[in-house]
Amino acid sequence: MTSSNRTGPWAGPAIETAGLVKTFGDTRAVDGVDLRIEAGTVYGLLGPNGAGKTTTVRMLATLLRPDGGEARVFGHDVVREADAVRSRVSLTGQYASVDEDLTGTENLVLLARLTGHAKKDSYDRAAQLLDAFGLSEAAGRQVKNYSGGMRRRIDIAASILNTPELLFLDEPTTGLDPRSRNQVWEIVRAVVAQGTTVLLTTQYLDEADQLASRIAVIDRGRVIAEGTKGELKASVGAGSVHVRLRDADRRPDAERLLRGVLDAEIQLEPDPVALTARVGNGNGNGNGTRNGKDAAKKASRALAELARAGITVDNFSLGQPSLDEVFLALTGKSDHQQPDHQQPDHPRSGDPRPGDPRPVSDLPHPKEATA
Amino acid sequence: MSTATRSTTAETADLAPVSTTDLAALLVGGKRPPRPNALQTSLTFGWRAMLKIKHVPEQLFDVTAFPIMLVLMYTYLFGGALAGSPREYIQYLLPGILVMSVVMITMYTGLAVNIDIEKGVFDRFRSLPIWRPSTLVGYLLGDALRYTIASAVMLTVGLIMGFRPDGGVRGVLAGVLLLIVFSFAFSWVWTMFGLLLRTEKSVMGVSMMILFPLTFLSDIFVRPETMPGWLQAFVNNNPVTHLSSAVRGLMDGSWPSAEIAWTLGWAGVLVAVFGPVTMRLYNRK
Repeated sequence: MTSSNRTGPWAGPAIETAGLVKTFGDTRAVDGVDLRIEAGTVYGLLGPNGAGKTTTVRMLATLLRPDGGEARVFGHDVVREADAVRSRVSLTGQYASVDEDLTGTENLVLLARLTGHAKKDSYDRAAQLLDAFGLSEAAGRQVKNYSGGMRRRIDIAASILNTPELLFLDEPTTGLDPRSRNQVWEIVRAVVAQGTTVLLTTQYLDEADQLASRIAVIDRGRVIAEGTKGELKASVGAGSVHVRLRDADRRPDAERLLRGVLDAEIQLEPDPVALTARVGNGNGNGNGTRNGKDAAKKASRALAELARAGITVDNFSLGQPSLDEVFLALTGKSDHQQPDHQQPDHPRSGDPRPGDPRPVSDLPHPKEATA
Repeated sequence: MSTATRSTTAETADLAPVSTTDLAALLVGGKRPPRPNALQTSLTFGWRAMLKIKHVPEQLFDVTAFPIMLVLMYTYLFGGALAGSPREYIQYLLPGILVMSVVMITMYTGLAVNIDIEKGVFDRFRSLPIWRPSTLVGYLLGDALRYTIASAVMLTVGLIMGFRPDGGVRGVLAGVLLLIVFSFAFSWVWTMFGLLLRTEKSVMGVSMMILFPLTFLSDIFVRPETMPGWLQAFVNNNPVTHLSSAVRGLMDGSWPSAEIAWTLGWAGVLVAVFGPVTMRLYNRK
């Protein structure tokens, strides 16, 4: 119906949803999600396991029918104009979306053939992609013998075989070691640099921080916050003071002292010498700058008070709030304290696999904002 | 899958770096070719099925060893009692046992679909702008090859054991062709169950429950005239009876047009009913 204007400029948003709903039995996996994602940007859907991220992506990628609401991709309805949507998007799922029995080359050739490339063209394209992704040596091996990092690469290679206008990356680095994660991030940046819009779902805050320009925080099927990274952080407060003491015995003293000076709640970290205090309790009224100045003033006073009380400080820093803190503030719970009460994000995805790195809680503190 | 996903760091560290400049060039250079038609995509999925056979040749066990076993077992077990000697019995039995084996191995289509649907690759296929049934038609095309292999194996064993078809090469080929056409149509029943049922085991269980009565309560082993009336009523209307009579007739050098028509009619009905049901399930999965 609209294949003629495939290359034509689309001025509107890449994705627009209104009241999107998907229920599985009694659970509302996605419960009225409104999104607007501008073309050419990286948008992060951030949330814990079972929040509804994957279900949302699967509806947008035409794999699931919404039970309510509307979703448009480049102006095309995902239900009524599914084929027009399919010709513009690519999906890299939580599970490697390649055929494990086939070799790397065969997988790419298969997809090239299915999207209309001639035979020779398909093999050329496959070879070029494998080369660019550093997989030439593994080209003739079955994908089931690939490592986790290699699978991700072949998966993404398959997704960009025909440069998509919109790329869904559903937890692209879940289960990868840090080095492979960085390499995947490099690939994503290269893809975005060519103008592809990316919708990224992740449960890792630093991933959203690294890649996305706007973020929607999603929990129990609802968007509970949306904005740029800076906006989200400012909505929580001016920042956090992170203190590491030399001597764990002095922590109660330091806690008392900081509470008095900073007039803020003090969080005792699992590490027995560390404390965190949120300062300049913002209420999202846009007074970020003033709050920031206050925070700096308060923090320097706190440091002076600590020195006067004879508490040796190994490390003292004032940082913008990390997304972890944003998340904590928004949901009232830190991701790692989350009970297992939620439905799986996806009908067939169960518990997180044991090999996955632990999300969120393992992030280093403090995290300076890069926005 | 989870074992392999937990990558060894050593292996990943050895990976060549990603060339972002090459990548950028590739992304710019790619222009989407015109959309392929239904035949092209179905054949491409058929090619995928062939590749799977190539990589896992053990899976051909069910189309080689199993049919040989059936021919040997039934010929020597029943031959003396039913037809006086195994050599005489095989003239009657072989076309039927060929039908039975091939109809039985159609159920592996359902198993393959059921195993595959759990994997991420199905998501990718379903998010491609292609003719929707082609993924499943691809399976069936690959399976048609398996049916051909099974037929060739059994005919070879049969010829060694003394099967002498009066229809000659042409009659035998016509019989095999009819059998493959019917099996292709019949497989849509299994693709439906493959999508409908949750586990591989339940697909297997349901398949057996349908296949055993369908193949045994037919004219494959004995002539229906020897059965009680109520059983004859079922046997004479069983599509497998029509198929095996037609195949037997063709291999015997005659042209059983009524049985051929019945067989093709059943094939058409099976596709017309189970094809759309399968596609409905596939789209909803």
